[in-house]
Amino acid sequence: MAGHGTIPAKEGSMTHPTSHDSSGSAPASLMADAPVIDFDKFKPTRSHLAARQRKDTFMRWLILLAFVVACIPLISLLWTTIVNGVRRLNWDFLSHNMTYVVGGEATGTGGYGGILHAIIGTLEITLGSMVISIPVGIMCSVYLVEYANRSRLSRTVRLLVDVMSGIPSIVAGLFAFSMFSILVGPGTINGFEGSVALSLLMIPTVVKTTEEMLKIVPNDLREASYALGVTKQRTISKIVLRTALPGIVSGAILAIARVIGETAPLLMTAGYIVSTNMNLFSGEMTTLPVYVYQEYSKLRANCPADASASCVTTIPMERAWAAALVLILIVLILNLIGRIVARIFAVKTER
Amino acid sequence: MGQRIDVNNLNIYYGSFLAVEDVNINIDANKVTAFIGPSGCGKSTVLRTLDRMHEIVPGAHCTGEVLLEGVNLYAPDVDPVAVRRDVGMVFQRPNPFPTMSIRENVLAGVRLNNKKISKSDADDLVEWALRGANLWNEVKDRLDNPGVGLSGGQQQRLCIARAVAVHPSVLLMDEPCSALDPISTLAVEDLINELKKDYTIVIVTHNMQQAARIADYTAFFNLKAVGQPGHLEYFADTTTMFNNPQNEEAERYVSGRFG
Repeated sequence: MAGHGTIPAKEGSMTHPTSHDSSGSAPASLMADAPVIDFDKFKPTRSHLAARQRKDTFMRWLILLAFVVACIPLISLLWTTIVNGVRRLNWDFLSHNMTYVVGGEATGTGGYGGILHAIIGTLEITLGSMVISIPVGIMCSVYLVEYANRSRLSRTVRLLVDVMSGIPSIVAGLFAFSMFSILVGPGTINGFEGSVALSLLMIPTVVKTTEEMLKIVPNDLREASYALGVTKQRTISKIVLRTALPGIVSGAILAIARVIGETAPLLMTAGYIVSTNMNLFSGEMTTLPVYVYQEYSKLRANCPADASASCVTTIPMERAWAAALVLILIVLILNLIGRIVARIFAVKTER
Repeated sequence: MGQRIDVNNLNIYYGSFLAVEDVNINIDANKVTAFIGPSGCGKSTVLRTLDRMHEIVPGAHCTGEVLLEGVNLYAPDVDPVAVRRDVGMVFQRPNPFPTMSIRENVLAGVRLNNKKISKSDADDLVEWALRGANLWNEVKDRLDNPGVGLSGGQQQRLCIARAVAVHPSVLLMDEPCSALDPISTLAVEDLINELKKDYTIVIVTHNMQQAARIADYTAFFNLKAVGQPGHLEYFADTTTMFNNPQNEEAERYVSGRFG
């Protein structure tokens, strides 16, 4: 190491005798004129290295600790839900609704009621909100990115979307309820009303994520398409949206996961019934979160003194846990579907 | 066959900023015309007005006329989308569509314009365009692989194939070799020499040797100072431009004694 510092000097002294030689003088004098680099200063000291090592180890552990702390509630939540939920999670629970359920008594089939109506309600209402908010959200972000970039209107829309993403869900529920009260009739309650409330919560997420995805589509691709004599409309639909599709799908799944667990706005707009209602546009509908809330509110079921041995006083709680587990599973399945779709449409790269 | 382009009194603006002023140039059919000049002098901007790509940038517009075989591209009844089908463009960075295979990339111009094309016609077009771009032998066994999996030079030739597949009469190239290594550059330059049989080619380049190698005519653009509009300083056939330019600025530029 120490030798490096002296090399240029040596070089200079070696070339000195030959510098009178006309042919070899040019490169040699160039070498001699080169700045002498002190290689010793690149050599780290032992204490420097040790200090860097200490800091590195400390930060690694700190980051790992933060990760563990972040995971504790998640794992605890999953664990509690699974342990409490599997007890009543069986086919009978999934295939029956809550009609003919009295107190803690077993029903005719030997079960204790179920969540078929709530699963149907959750899926239909969420599907309804997807149908509203995904087209609106995607078109809104196409407008923001492709048409109105940096205009005053687009800044206003962006601000409104930000504000909208902070709306408390109960306010969205109140909005949908009053809108339907005005348009359809006072006190209207149906599943689609719930979809409208949820789509208010979904749209900002869809707009934000789609906008980010459209922004990272390279401008080169738009120009390449225009240069082939393709119209703007087809460039957007066939190139820009197609390239951004995997990200848009992920964003939509995120938005769904955000609203599928909403309780308050649905309690207000979609109501709560014990029987199965397949019609999204008429009559009350129960969703899983509302079902969980209602069962939890019962605290315990009545078992009269002369009740049979199959009467369970803690059944509402157990049903609530099982329904919560089913809700988590539905979100998980939606996520998996989203990942598969995103992979199918992934942008092909070989390297 | 290529078509000739005549540019008369062209002023190009970005918003209210005059980027290039008063360009008059006659580009011959079936010849290679190179645009050279220092950075920021408006070479690419002029190139992009020749197929109306310029106006994609918000606020960009121009005055004067660009005549393609006598037809003014900026006449009010001319559809810019149709202009871009007749005047193809290849960009600085290779930009194949990442969602498409090699085959789909070549057919992109046809498919995106929603034209129906039979399977056999499509196969013929793909082979013709890829042969035209000197890429067929390298990719004929993997046409369904993604276009972005090719090397940079192959990607650029794929982009040229994509551009010729819509049968333009003019090809504009905006520094097509600046992102390529010397061997790929050579492949593209050979290709340009062959393509001029069928197309009028206008190429922007920073590489004067490249202009000297491939161009029949060379246009030297310059700007008086940063922030001032660029202008066409000198236009001559390539031999004159590089051996005996009749313009002091051009002479200084091509001999490397600039600025």
